[in-house]
Amino acid sequence: MREINVTQSLDKNKEFLQKLREESGQNPGQCFQCMKCTGGCPFQFTMDYPPSQIMRMLQDGLIDEVLNSFTIWTCATCSTCTTRCPRDIDIAKLMDTLRVIAYHKGIYNKAKNMHVFHTTFMNSVKNNGRLYEIGLALGLNLGTGNLMQDTDVGLPMFMKGKISILPHKIKGLDEIKKLYDYAKKIGE
Amino acid sequence: MKLAYYPGCSLSGSAKELDISIKAISGPLGLELVEVPDWNCCGASSAHSTGHFLSFALPARNMLKAEQAGCEEFTAPCPACYVRTFLAQKEFNENPEMRQHLENALGQKFEQQSDIKIKNVIEVFMDKIDSSHVKKPLKGLKVVNYYGCALVKPPKTFGFFDDPENPKSLDKIMNTVGAESIDWPYKTECCSASLCFTNQDATWKVCRDILQMAKDSGAQAIVVACTLCQSNLDMRQSQVNKKYRTDFNIPVIYFTQLMGLAMGIPAEKLGFDKLFVDARPLLRSLNLI
Repeated sequence: MREINVTQSLDKNKEFLQKLREESGQNPGQCFQCMKCTGGCPFQFTMDYPPSQIMRMLQDGLIDEVLNSFTIWTCATCSTCTTRCPRDIDIAKLMDTLRVIAYHKGIYNKAKNMHVFHTTFMNSVKNNGRLYEIGLALGLNLGTGNLMQDTDVGLPMFMKGKISILPHKIKGLDEIKKLYDYAKKIGE
Repeated sequence: MKLAYYPGCSLSGSAKELDISIKAISGPLGLELVEVPDWNCCGASSAHSTGHFLSFALPARNMLKAEQAGCEEFTAPCPACYVRTFLAQKEFNENPEMRQHLENALGQKFEQQSDIKIKNVIEVFMDKIDSSHVKKPLKGLKVVNYYGCALVKPPKTFGFFDDPENPKSLDKIMNTVGAESIDWPYKTECCSASLCFTNQDATWKVCRDILQMAKDSGAQAIVVACTLCQSNLDMRQSQVNKKYRTDFNIPVIYFTQLMGLAMGIPAEKLGFDKLFVDARPLLRSLNLI
């Protein structure tokens, strides 16, 4: 691993770390590296850095590495880490907050699928007030290029009456629009 | 009692059998379901991955609609919806800045605190069923109860009471309806629902592990309360079999469907035809249908 100067990286990212603490309500500085989070994490096998290492990287101010990690995107928010943390850090909440920050900064180079999914999902809710599954599946497969994903379950779902061909639009769509417009206005 | 019922996108779609079975058992158990008027999607799991305001405001709208409809309690049977709604109420009551944002966005003032009780689906039915409702005990049915993560973790954050590592509420319900609950170590393992569209390799791996453990534990079926767990383990069981060359054929049944069966409601009225892995051959072999 390359050499890092912790004093410098902490100083450089002071504001970011402050914002992270405020938005998540969590202080990564509390972590004493017991690694229970990593031990219990069901998705560690698919992460580039295990959760305990993310915590340590935050303590050292390695923000770019954290925001560019695949870990923050493939955390499934199951909160096993949060449940077991002896320092009462809500690690899943921290991951959530990091994901939001990375999303807004447009950093998702390792997580194109996740970015396409979340964007398509939120647009579907914006346009209909509810999720339109076929639209989501189409948007997702076109956006990621995985054209055949889940096509094996599509027809059985339709036959069982579990997906509808047309979207259901709610009556209060104007209210949903107001919420979305406002989110945009306050920079969310 | 009037219970605001928020089906959410999953119960009106992929988890239709949960919707059907909840509606079938509620009346006999003395619950009056009032569907939240003109409800919207709560935004899980994308809204909280992309911003704070919408992840709060979308479920808050549903919560307020339910209160306006005069309900004292609210249930969102999908755990993802439950979690988002529960957190939205907390924000609404405890974070004046967020409430102000919501008021600004909608151009309305909300003077009152929200006091509608947000319950998860196990919580709703756990205390409602006792042996007097059981007309046809599910004798001979061996199950493992699978809670998944969202219903029980993290503790202290939500209103639910069960142990986050070794929950017992579903076991208790299964005992009441006469099924045999097998103890197993994967009660609260995560099924990877939030990654099921975006990291399918990971999803298939954890689903394979859960199905294998259920099989090794000697279960004939997996009992679930979570819509996300159900669709992952049931609908994707064929994908797991293909990927890992396994031959799992384990029905994944909602506890509400089994409650209904034990209460003497015919299987046709409990959405058993909607499951991907058909549970009826198993139930027939045990003379339960």
